Amino acid sequence: MTKKSSATAEGQGEPGAGKPDFAGAPANAALSAEQRIHLYRVMVRIRRFEERSLRAYQAKKIGGFLHLYIGQEAVAVGCCSLMGKDDHVITAYRDHGHAIAVGMEMNPLMAELYGKATGCSKGKGGSMHFFDPARNFWGGHGVVGGQVPLGIGLAYALKYRELGGSCMTFMGDGAVNQGAVHEAYNLAALWELPVVFIIENNGYSMGTSQARSSAGELGRRAEAYGMAWGVCDGHDLYEVRAFMDRFLDMARTKSKPSLVELRTYRYRGHSVADPDKTYRAKAEVEEYRRTKDPIQVFQNELIAGQVMDVALAEKIDAEARSEADLAADFAEASPFPAVSDIQKDVYWEADNPSQRKSGGRLFFN
Amino acid sequence: MPVIQYREAIRQALSEELTRDPNVVVMGEEVGQFNGAYKVTEGLLEKFGPKRIVDTPISEAGFTGLGIGASMLGVRPVVELMFWSFYSVCFDQILNNAANLRYMSGGQIQCPIVIRGPANGGTNVGATHSHTPENILASHPGVKVVVPATPYDAKGLLKSAIRDNDPVMYLENTILYGDKGEVPAGEYLIPLGSADTKREGTDLSIISYGRAAIQSLAAAHLLQQEHNISAEVVDLRSIRPLDMDAVLASVRKTHRALVVEEQKPFCGVGAQLAFMIQSEAFDELDAPIARLSTIDGPSIYSPPVENEQLPNPQRIVRAAVDMLD
Repeated sequence: MTKKSSATAEGQGEPGAGKPDFAGAPANAALSAEQRIHLYRVMVRIRRFEERSLRAYQAKKIGGFLHLYIGQEAVAVGCCSLMGKDDHVITAYRDHGHAIAVGMEMNPLMAELYGKATGCSKGKGGSMHFFDPARNFWGGHGVVGGQVPLGIGLAYALKYRELGGSCMTFMGDGAVNQGAVHEAYNLAALWELPVVFIIENNGYSMGTSQARSSAGELGRRAEAYGMAWGVCDGHDLYEVRAFMDRFLDMARTKSKPSLVELRTYRYRGHSVADPDKTYRAKAEVEEYRRTKDPIQVFQNELIAGQVMDVALAEKIDAEARSEADLAADFAEASPFPAVSDIQKDVYWEADNPSQRKSGGRLFFN
Repeated sequence: MPVIQYREAIRQALSEELTRDPNVVVMGEEVGQFNGAYKVTEGLLEKFGPKRIVDTPISEAGFTGLGIGASMLGVRPVVELMFWSFYSVCFDQILNNAANLRYMSGGQIQCPIVIRGPANGGTNVGATHSHTPENILASHPGVKVVVPATPYDAKGLLKSAIRDNDPVMYLENTILYGDKGEVPAGEYLIPLGSADTKREGTDLSIISYGRAAIQSLAAAHLLQQEHNISAEVVDLRSIRPLDMDAVLASVRKTHRALVVEEQKPFCGVGAQLAFMIQSEAFDELDAPIARLSTIDGPSIYSPPVENEQLPNPQRIVRAAVDMLD
């Protein structure tokens, strides 16, 4: 195939070429030991949070769906650790990892899962709908692909207001066949919006494998829109950071959109309700866990690089477990919202009655 | 006072708000270079430039979603749908995102977006282009729904809608675009949720909105001339918030209520109104509440028959006369 376009394939990995020095890439070389350990700690905290929430779910403390991020930690932490003041994040329903990666505390997250008034959304959103605009985190969206137009809207606002910055718009590999996603690709490329579309490709669109749901390469679809694109393994945190750095820079400094595919894996089912027996082999999960687990990979790198020792890794792990347990205690002890709270946070005007300009009834019972 | 068209009144509102607030952006299909599919935005591109008046591809889910996302971060988009009938291809963005984001974030996010365009039958464009989704929109807590009937109302309501911090769905009417009326040259606002009694009467209250309110006024004239019936016409102007006090005040005065709507009857705005009137003014009623809706079927193309499918003055007169018999 001959082509001349702005599309560039990146980091596809050349067989036999040996692993490049991602730790020495510009995005990583300047990291202090403390910063490297912090990144490790965030990944561990995500995993322990997820495991604790699973136990709470099994104990029927949590309603609805629970989509766990276990196995994908290097993606959210790698990407979100590159955020500057005007970089924004929006994602789909598997959002716990991103929430912790942008700096949200475990207590309000766990309380949200428990449906408590102390939750990050006051118990009104649940697992799929975590938000923290003060940390540039815009959710947490339940409908597959529905957040992608919102992501380009955030990027549009950044450009319109000349703020610089970027919007990382995450989606799963199951979202790429939604029409709204393609509409967003087109608008982003047409209007040169500072967005990085990030496909977190865990191989399965719920229970349907990529091979059974998507034609062609997911990233390559960017070529049709004249967008830069690339593919990267998403289990090595250094690699994710090294890879994402230049796409983010392109968004921030040139206001050029791009589409990246980060190959990752989830150990758990699509949601906890997923029997996870019909569409993939246990051995596949075990193989990933054994060879590519993002926490183990990064721990090995930090230990080999003498940034961290096993004792510190164990300490970090114990602290994360304890933090998650305490979050569950906090959630348990917190009150549920009142029935009277159902009609709060619906309309800005209803919540700010002294500034209300409209008349008439906003609610009908 | 200047007499201008309904479309010009909307354009004045847009122009004044674009001038007032640099974060207001008008976007939609053909709003700029083409001067608007219905010439509502004519001249705005020349006046405000392409940063403020943005032509979009035919991509309703994409650009309404973009507008909602931009509204979360300080832009105040006014998104035009060439027809409100196309709400069905961006339903997820409007009613999952704009309507719910404030709620699902526990009040952390607001979406000050206006989505506007025409929503009406009567132009022989068939079932796909003749939807009137005000009931469907209004059944989603979190959005506001406005349906102006006159040039004066169109301008004052749109200016309020653009300044509103909640998402406002603003439903116009292609048949009304050329209607003329008095509109002050200067600044004025009409608050959302305030009905307007457009004709005083004593024998029955016709409660309506949008073009059906204009037709109700014509019917009230005929009722007076031909049947000696004095009909009061209450124009809701806004479906959500809803000025129920004005409706109840009129019913308490006339003791009869006829609801007229360009809606299919099943779960239409009129059904909600009828329930509320009986619930809150039962003892005031001297007759069962009557309701005139669009005849229940997909919107027919055939021009003379479509006119009979929709509310029209003759149908309204018959309904009123039947009620008083």
